[in-house]
Amino acid sequence: MANSGHAAHEGHDDHHGAPKSFWQRWVVTTNHKDIGTLYLIFAGVMFFVGGLMALVIRAELFQPGLQFVDPMFFNSMTTMHALAMIFGAVMPAWVGLANWMIPLQVGAPDMALPRMNNFSFWIMPFAFTLLLSTLFTGSGAPAGGWTLYPPLSLQGGDSFPMAIFAIHMMGASSIMGAINVIVTIMNMRAPGMTLLRMPLFCWTWLITAYLLILVMPVLAGAVTMLLTDHFFGTSFFSAAGGGDPVMYQHIFWFFGHPEVYILILPAFGVVSEIIPAFSRKPLFGYESMVYASASIGFLSFIVWAHHMFTVGMPLAGQLFFMLTTMLIAVPTGVKVFNWSATMWKGSLSFEPPMLFAVAFLFLFTIGGFSGLMLSIVPADFQYQDSYFVVAHFHYVLVPGAIFAIMAGIYYWLPKWSGHMYNMSLAKWHFWLSTIFVNVLFFPQHFLGLAGMPRRIPDYSVQFADWNMVSSIGAFGFGLSQLLMPYLVWQCVRGGAAAKAKAWEGARGLEWEVPSPAPYHTWETAPDEATIIHASPTGH
Amino acid sequence: MLRKPGSLSAVAAFVAALAAPAAHADWALNMPRGVTTMSQQIYSLHMTIFWWCVAIAVFVFGWMITSLVKFRHSQGAVPDTQMLHSTKAEVIWTIIPVVILVILAIPAARTLIHLEDASGTQLTVKITGYQWKWQYEYLDKGVSYFSTLSRDSDAARQLQSGVDPKTIPDYLLSVDNPLVVPVGTKIRLLLTSQDVIHAWWVPDLAVKKDAIPGFVNEAWFEVQADKPGTYRGQCAELCGRDHGFMPIVVVAKTPAEFEAWLKTQQQASLPAAPNAG
Ligand code: HEM
Ligand SMILES: [Cu+2]
Ligand SMILES: [Cu+2]
Repeated sequence: MANSGHAAHEGHDDHHGAPKSFWQRWVVTTNHKDIGTLYLIFAGVMFFVGGLMALVIRAELFQPGLQFVDPMFFNSMTTMHALAMIFGAVMPAWVGLANWMIPLQVGAPDMALPRMNNFSFWIMPFAFTLLLSTLFTGSGAPAGGWTLYPPLSLQGGDSFPMAIFAIHMMGASSIMGAINVIVTIMNMRAPGMTLLRMPLFCWTWLITAYLLILVMPVLAGAVTMLLTDHFFGTSFFSAAGGGDPVMYQHIFWFFGHPEVYILILPAFGVVSEIIPAFSRKPLFGYESMVYASASIGFLSFIVWAHHMFTVGMPLAGQLFFMLTTMLIAVPTGVKVFNWSATMWKGSLSFEPPMLFAVAFLFLFTIGGFSGLMLSIVPADFQYQDSYFVVAHFHYVLVPGAIFAIMAGIYYWLPKWSGHMYNMSLAKWHFWLSTIFVNVLFFPQHFLGLAGMPRRIPDYSVQFADWNMVSSIGAFGFGLSQLLMPYLVWQCVRGGAAAKAKAWEGARGLEWEVPSPAPYHTWETAPDEATIIHASPTGH
Repeated sequence: MLRKPGSLSAVAAFVAALAAPAAHADWALNMPRGVTTMSQQIYSLHMTIFWWCVAIAVFVFGWMITSLVKFRHSQGAVPDTQMLHSTKAEVIWTIIPVVILVILAIPAARTLIHLEDASGTQLTVKITGYQWKWQYEYLDKGVSYFSTLSRDSDAARQLQSGVDPKTIPDYLLSVDNPLVVPVGTKIRLLLTSQDVIHAWWVPDLAVKKDAIPGFVNEAWFEVQADKPGTYRGQCAELCGRDHGFMPIVVVAKTPAEFEAWLKTQQQASLPAAPNAG
């Protein structure tokens, strides 16, 4: 994989630079790179806001007894932590990476719908200002869990309609972001960039975008029905009025399960690029990766009720959802095997992006194992709503989705900033995060199996030991994260110049433009030879 | 041998201390086996899947670690860039997981079918969830009462109460009136709620079922005849402010003791019966 000479001819892009005024550049911008940056900054802020809430939770759970917060505020913290992390941190981070990378990777000059792109970003700060402001209402922030199950969620005070309106706004923003990704990939690929020459990040995002368009309206419908039940006398979910509270759960999880794949599919894409790059070897089984992602996308629509095995479904329903859920392990396994085979007979080096990707491989797989255990209905009766589930989803979301986001940032940061970053600091960030994330979440498996329910502010003394360990892990993990914004800041300010191809084994059109990527790229589409040279399979 | 009362109580304390780790499960790692045939079946199902996961992990992680060690750039590894895909490998690693899943699904389905079979129960208790307590009604027996967090736990769990939870027996897991059941008897539970959704969970009985307003859910358990004792659990579905403070305690007695208990309860509730009716 010799370094290519294509980088040089992109130099002409430098002629038209970024607008000088702050307003032009960062507020009304339609440039995909700046919007990508805005999304990433927003996600970073929400990551720390959500993280602070998590630390409130772990501080209260450090010891048995109530030391710091009222149970109601504790419930608000679990609810708001989840909403901030899912809708405020992980999803916007993926949209930010999509904005930055998809046009670069498919050889397009920008996203297809740049004004809508600006709009979909600017909805987010307003949505979250609204959501977070519920903390200051008299009745406190929503405290019924991020799943908003009625009738409990209907007991919320002023915060309830505010949270629902905020969710509507986030949903609208997500749908616009998804439309933009689909149209960009479908219409804006450079001539010669066939679908099967696209990097996997584009593929998994394409599938994610379809999932988003299909399920965000379902969520919007569900929460709107909550709203009318509360304010306009309908009884969609109230048994007393002929409605059905379980129906809400079905509708919510019809959104909710695809939603968890919305959070993880782009991670599969990022990891599928980083592992080949640092193994200096093309991705093994490119096409089967695409098919596996598509089948995961499909299956994610027919497994939803595995989140509600204890509501009392008929036997046939339980068997159906058990079998479909188990089936998801097959394409997931295909992916893990393909990544392993990519490393096999490679030439591996362990720069920060690769470190995070390798940790992803191991720790995401652990989350997959607990997922498989959860799919076994009789056993799930013991696991359900316990800390075992908490451990499961944090393994797939933190060392899963969030490590992949960090891997992506460490991978593409030289391309964005034009500088290499402080490698040893990044390695410190990696090792501290990886050690503490396990100290934080692994003991939660034990707690759940020993019988500790989730979402409780205080517990019986038999759970004290592992809770203390978990809380120590939480503070260690939280503090370690402060390294990353510092490192990014440092890298943006200066550092060794990054080459066009910052990593010797990297593939993809983004490495064919200079670093930092000029303000406008691919105004002239790349030629087919460049595309083939950069494609994941090399043909 | 001299037996002063003091040494006797010291022995008792020592035995209690020995037993405590089991009862209190500090540093516990695993699910309890429980005291019903179903809980033991579920436990063995859980262990079966667990060991399958361990086996798969040994294989996959072993493979990855081998690559991480053997194929290092710094050790001069040369990449095999022609290794793009292999239909054979891909078919194998699709089929083998499917086979493993079938092996797991069969006992899982069998246990599930057994678990859903609530026929032949001999005693029915209706359980109603409230924010934040449980009500137990022995159908056709005229016995009904509420079960709430015991007072000492409730005092200790107040914000900054200053009471050390370790000094409270069964902190947050004890109630004023436990559910009392006979061992060796298949007991049917009918679950519902008066306000929001709750879930009735006792790990040792392997019962977890939602209590949903407007619906009646069914569950059953049968404590093994040789396992009378006290079994504790908690509400498992977020139900508001005091969700963490509505524990469940089940006392399993021998059938004779149970009958005696039921009699006293019936007598105690007689004067109230006209009102209740
Ligand atoms: C092998 C693949 C997986 C399987 C078989 C699986 C299975 C399950 C099951 C059965 C539950 C419900 C547990 C319960 O509440 O009793 C669950 C919960 C959950 N899973 Fe997974 N899962 C898998 C992968 C993932 C992935 C990739 C993610 C996201 C990145 C994820 C995120 C979650 C979340 C967030 C919950 C809990 C939601 C809540 O109750 O708040 N899972 N999973
Ligand atoms: Cu799911
Ligand atoms: Cu509850």
